[in-house]
Amino acid sequence: MQKTNKSSLMNWVDERLPVSSFIKNHLTEYYAPKNFNFLYFFGALAIVVFVLQILTGIFLTMHYKPDALHAFASVEYIMRDVSFGWLIRYMHSTGASLFFVVIYMHMFRAIIYGSYKQPRELLWIFGVLIFLLLMAEAFFGYLLPWGQMSYWGAQVIVNLFAAVPFIGPDLAEWVRGDYLISDATLNRFFAFHVIALPFALAGLIFLHLAALHSVGSNNPDGVEIKESKDKKTGVPIDGIPFHPYYTVKDLIGLTVFLIVFASIIFFMPEVGGYFLEHNNFVPADPLVTPAHIAPVWYFTPFYSILRAVPPILNSQFPGVAAMGAAVLILFVVPWLDKSKVKSIRYKGTLYKKWLTAFVVSFIFLGYLGTVPSNVWGQFSNLIPGIGGMDVATFVARVLTLIYFSFFVLMPWYSRVDKTKPVPKRVTYK
Amino acid sequence: MKKIILSIILGIIIPSMTLASEDARLMKAKINLDDQESLQRGARNFINYCLNCHSASYMRYNRLNDIGLSNEEIKKNLLFTTDKVGELMNISMDPVEAKKWFGANPPNLTVTARSRGKDWIYSYLRTFYTDESRSLGWNNLVYPNAAMPHVLWELQGTQELIDGKLELVKPGLLSKQEYDQFVLDTTNYMVFMSEPVKLIRQKIGYFVIGFLLVLLVLVINLKREFWKDIK
Repeated sequence: MQKTNKSSLMNWVDERLPVSSFIKNHLTEYYAPKNFNFLYFFGALAIVVFVLQILTGIFLTMHYKPDALHAFASVEYIMRDVSFGWLIRYMHSTGASLFFVVIYMHMFRAIIYGSYKQPRELLWIFGVLIFLLLMAEAFFGYLLPWGQMSYWGAQVIVNLFAAVPFIGPDLAEWVRGDYLISDATLNRFFAFHVIALPFALAGLIFLHLAALHSVGSNNPDGVEIKESKDKKTGVPIDGIPFHPYYTVKDLIGLTVFLIVFASIIFFMPEVGGYFLEHNNFVPADPLVTPAHIAPVWYFTPFYSILRAVPPILNSQFPGVAAMGAAVLILFVVPWLDKSKVKSIRYKGTLYKKWLTAFVVSFIFLGYLGTVPSNVWGQFSNLIPGIGGMDVATFVARVLTLIYFSFFVLMPWYSRVDKTKPVPKRVTYK
Repeated sequence: MKKIILSIILGIIIPSMTLASEDARLMKAKINLDDQESLQRGARNFINYCLNCHSASYMRYNRLNDIGLSNEEIKKNLLFTTDKVGELMNISMDPVEAKKWFGANPPNLTVTARSRGKDWIYSYLRTFYTDESRSLGWNNLVYPNAAMPHVLWELQGTQELIDGKLELVKPGLLSKQEYDQFVLDTTNYMVFMSEPVKLIRQKIGYFVIGFLLVLLVLVINLKREFWKDIK
């Protein structure tokens, strides 16, 4: 019946490739819960930023030179001599930071509404993998401008591999392709940044979406809309077609995002040294170590954890392991959460307290990672135990403990926490 | 939920406020990128005094068109090392020799205003003083033990550090006010040179944001129209 309504060209295509049914299954008849709030913008925004990074990246590679002698100058060439090169470059550098803003909000959303819980564990795991690869992508990309922070940041991070017991120094040399960060390193980082990781990211994003469309979206109530279906049509009662409802709603989120994006690009592209670090306007110099090396803001919570963990037996490995664990622990969150309910709306105060402590510790670890560890001075020598220690280091240790406790103690507090009854249907207005 | 968001916002604002107070000892450079005459004077100062030892090799001479100088004016007054206005601001000094002479290679100054900041440059150029212990006889308050001698001493005169304060012991060709203006113009130019596009990017920005605000009104109404029937 329906086929006769379609144009003959669409018929011709559909007989050879199921375009119409794909559009139906994933857009016009893909049912999403109707009670999404603003936190649900960030998934779509992440895809927009990903596409923007690819597009601007293509134009940057047309003019950028991955060569230790020319890299820095080629970036300035893009900023000055390439028509609208400055715009493309600022879009890419701002996009990198905003990618993390968007991803952190997206992850925060998933955590507070329990979107990782059964049946969405695999969806969550793909998401954490995307986050991991995104960190690698950002790290490789940050070396390319070949400024002082690019160079010494890469030096610090690659040296982390040297802390691995037994094989460490050889491993670090293998990663660099040289005894220090050099042209060889720049070239391989360029290859990873523009080919390997974007491909891997695209593949994982596809799997992330495929898994999402198989299980369906969670929502702020944590209620499965597929459990209340219309008896006649079999459509979830609280579901609405993704297109047009969420496409037009996401346009609002997108426009607000673009306003923020454009404000940064046109009025404050450096964001006070947080998005583009001041010292990165000095060309890389292997002979001059900057007084203070800080990674870009989106890595600083993890960098703080690295610095906070004291060396054991003169080995820096515990810090490196803690930093790795801080990210990898996300993989097992679906099995750490023993709560009967998904959403924060129906969880008890105990969970909310832990979550607040976690968010606060994450943000302050992030801040502490941007400043030298003596920023708050030192404890008086008169205090036993911690006398003479940097105050900030001590605070970072406490915060690191809170960060890990949020996860490690989750099986306990999520089980004993008093939950509220969950309604059968989603709440809307 | 609201509490969490509030704590996030506070967590971001409070640390960034403490960062802003950094380097209070620097003098504020009240530059104005819309002041073309100041930028032109700064370009003249920079090319005459700085661009002998320091290069600015990411900058092309004809970019000075952006601050109101024509190609003819550039050719007539500002080209010393080349005869093409499309050339980069290179210098002929050999970096290996320079390192021998000064102990450090004079850095490329094209984007120094973005790494050091305008206040640093402004303060640096005003705080040279004589110091017998240095090989070239000069030291600096902002950048202690700088390898650079006081190139502008003829203009500023000679300062000495007496009880931690700088005092002008021998006046130069310019009065204090004239010299400060000279340094301010030079700083202004260096800020322009570090990002020439800054002059137009903000102007484009107003149009882009204006367009997006109109678009926002439209998409909000579009969404309302579509969502009318969702109950």
